[in-house]
Amino acid sequence: MHTDDLDTHLDALVRSAETPREKAVDVMLALQRRYGYLSDEALERGSRILGLTPLELEELATFYDFIYREPVGRYVIHVCDGVVCWMHHENAVFDHLRRRLGLEHGQTSADGMFTLLPVSCIGDCHNAPSMMINGQFYGRLTPSGVDRILEEYRNKPAEPPSYG
Amino acid sequence: MHEKILLQNQNPDRPATLEEYRASGGYGSLAQSLRGGSPGDLVAAIRDSGFHGRGGAGFPAGIKWAGVPTDEPGPRYVVANTDEMEPGAFKDRVVVESDPHQVIEGMALAGYAVSARKGFFFVRASYEHVAVLMENALEEARWAGFLGENILGSGFSFDIAVHRSAGRYICGESSAQINALQGVRPNPSKGGPHLTEQGLFGQPTLVHNVETLACVPHIVRHGAEWFKSLAASEEAEGTKLYTVSGRVSRPGCYELPNGTSLREIIFQAGGGMAQGRAFKACLPGGGSTSLLDETFLSAAMDYESLKKIGVRMGTGTVVVFDQDTCLVGAVLNLTQFFARESCGWCTPCREGLPYIRELLARIENGLGAPEYVDIIGEMADQMRHSYCAFAPGAAAPIQGLLAHFRDEVEEHLRTGGCPFNASPAGPWQEVWSSPEQERPGGEP
Repeated sequence: MHTDDLDTHLDALVRSAETPREKAVDVMLALQRRYGYLSDEALERGSRILGLTPLELEELATFYDFIYREPVGRYVIHVCDGVVCWMHHENAVFDHLRRRLGLEHGQTSADGMFTLLPVSCIGDCHNAPSMMINGQFYGRLTPSGVDRILEEYRNKPAEPPSYG
Repeated sequence: MHEKILLQNQNPDRPATLEEYRASGGYGSLAQSLRGGSPGDLVAAIRDSGFHGRGGAGFPAGIKWAGVPTDEPGPRYVVANTDEMEPGAFKDRVVVESDPHQVIEGMALAGYAVSARKGFFFVRASYEHVAVLMENALEEARWAGFLGENILGSGFSFDIAVHRSAGRYICGESSAQINALQGVRPNPSKGGPHLTEQGLFGQPTLVHNVETLACVPHIVRHGAEWFKSLAASEEAEGTKLYTVSGRVSRPGCYELPNGTSLREIIFQAGGGMAQGRAFKACLPGGGSTSLLDETFLSAAMDYESLKKIGVRMGTGTVVVFDQDTCLVGAVLNLTQFFARESCGWCTPCREGLPYIRELLARIENGLGAPEYVDIIGEMADQMRHSYCAFAPGAAAPIQGLLAHFRDEVEEHLRTGGCPFNASPAGPWQEVWSSPEQERPGGEP
């Protein structure tokens, strides 16, 4: 998809709203999918589309935890640290992932594949301990289960960027 | 087996289709209201049912509806709050995953009652699958003529847009959610007119929890008396979606008569404690409710019955702790959640929660001092001086810990640290507790 197509799509999205800034989150999520994260360039582009100053959009971008203002891997692993997952050894899930990926909280693997982040309760408490990778829930985690999931993602072909 | 209302069309692996929903009477209430009923009739039906909103505050929905001024030009709005970020809560997700059209019909009925033309389905980031599912259901409803211009030839027009959020617990607070919908920083607002008078874009707005909206078509179809008769206690009405999670053998979401006892929810619906576990405590309605001990197990789980004994029901999402789980650790985890998720607008919440977290962490790690206990209690009490109800909500588990489990806190102080050792977990978690079981090799 050409740059212009994304602009056309986002302009239409913004026009569909009563006020442009209503669509700020949608615009940021779309740009994030395009750029891999909400880079300075993406932020400026978004602010132009929304009719905001970059600072006004920055105020929103840094508020939300699913808007990444720093580069992230192709797959962002959000390990739930809600109280129910905590009770079910969420720490062990995190430690296991840290060892397997050689990462600390917030770091991205050298191959650009994975970023490891904690996340507040994701609402998958009946499947604790649970985590989320690019919007997909994975529950009732075990060490071998986590290894299988990582392997699955390592073998996944890269998806073309979309703004769906 | 109790009668299921909200989950009557639930399938194990897919949402109910439009056809299945209609076969169960779905969209009948909307058709009936648009054909013969006035918006005033609808407001009266909801008010007469004594229906308490299911979002956490338990505010009577009929009073909210009646509070929307319809004699001004408008526009007016209806918002379905699907932000559900309360630790331990996952019931609204289940409502939409099971039967999305009943939420759409509930929103359209609410829209008709208050003469709104537009609704927003506000959904949290981690429920992207719910957002997609809802978008598909909305498209189906438009094709079938239940949404859009001139619905069923009645002259009433109403449509719904999905608004995706990108995280943060505060967005579930209704005044903060209004800000989020407008694309401004989601701080809660204090005082001033109610959202029903001045909400989205300064216009009258109904903000309801998803479960609340899902109940509406059923109340309209079967009447207030029927709805009241579904409940288990005198004080309550309807069925209630309770979720049970933690150390129970059957964690899940269960639809039971509203006012079912905590004991029945945990020990019957939830299958009782997981093998080898004994009940120690529970949060009755998610992370922002008080920690309760076993003396509360007989309590009827509805808003009014619990209010009488000084307990908030919250979302009715029960989290169960066993004898081997450290409650200081649990409350430390919850306080960390609330400190991280605080929007930072009000001082007691922004400054107080990290302070309490620090003191709890010291107690948990053997660095505590006896005077910390009173400081924690005092600071938790100050949370009420904040704009929104989420700050006193954050204080609730802390206050519950001090009220019902003070001896456990004191044992930490006495023994210089946490007296609980990491213990084997339930059937699928067992593996986490013994790292030596992991397969060799592959370790950095």
